[in-house]
Amino acid sequence: MNDRLASEVRRVLREHARLAVDVDTLDDHADLFRAGMSSHASVNVMLALEDTFDIEFPDSMLKRSMFETVAGIAAAVGQLDAQAA
Amino acid sequence: MTVRIGIDLVCPDEVRESLSIHGERYLERIYTREERVDAAGDPARLAAVFAAKEATMKALLAGEQPVDWRSISVRRDPAGRASVRLTGTAHALARSAGVEALSVTLSHNRHLAAAVVVATKADGDDEGRGTR
Repeated sequence: MNDRLASEVRRVLREHARLAVDVDTLDDHADLFRAGMSSHASVNVMLALEDTFDIEFPDSMLKRSMFETVAGIAAAVGQLDAQAA
Repeated sequence: MTVRIGIDLVCPDEVRESLSIHGERYLERIYTREERVDAAGDPARLAAVFAAKEATMKALLAGEQPVDWRSISVRRDPAGRASVRLTGTAHALARSAGVEALSVTLSHNRHLAAAVVVATKADGDDEGRGTR
């Protein structure tokens, strides 16, 4: 995983996910919903990621698993970023 | 007949924060035009609508199916009774799951909004799938 990308994803999560724990205590594959992120908070995460990376998540990506882990989010952002390049 | 239930809670303060940070983009990505007009910017009412959308997804066992938030439309009649109408991806999901009807009830105050959705379907073959 791209370190800078993962770091930015973690920053967005820290600011918007309302996790019950510090995101840096979670590994890249930890379940963010189990760590306290609500569905509503995941919307804020999505919008903040769009702002941060200048991307837009298509409807086909709007499923729970996409926002479930740092690794999953970073992979999706990387995919959209590559498509936009 | 099989009954499925979905429930969700949303804190209006979270909606207020979303409005403050993301403004119209938040509203337009999540809520239908009718919902936006009906809520008139009230975070508690928006939170109740969001809770109903999420409760609907749980009742439909959306799981790994991508669902556009705006394809679940929450309405209130003049008497205050709420209902859910599905279009697009949510409608397709409900059809594939054999859901025949949805009932919803909402409640909110300044601190918390809640919604419960009951989906009814003919007895089918997909019981036991994971829930959200």
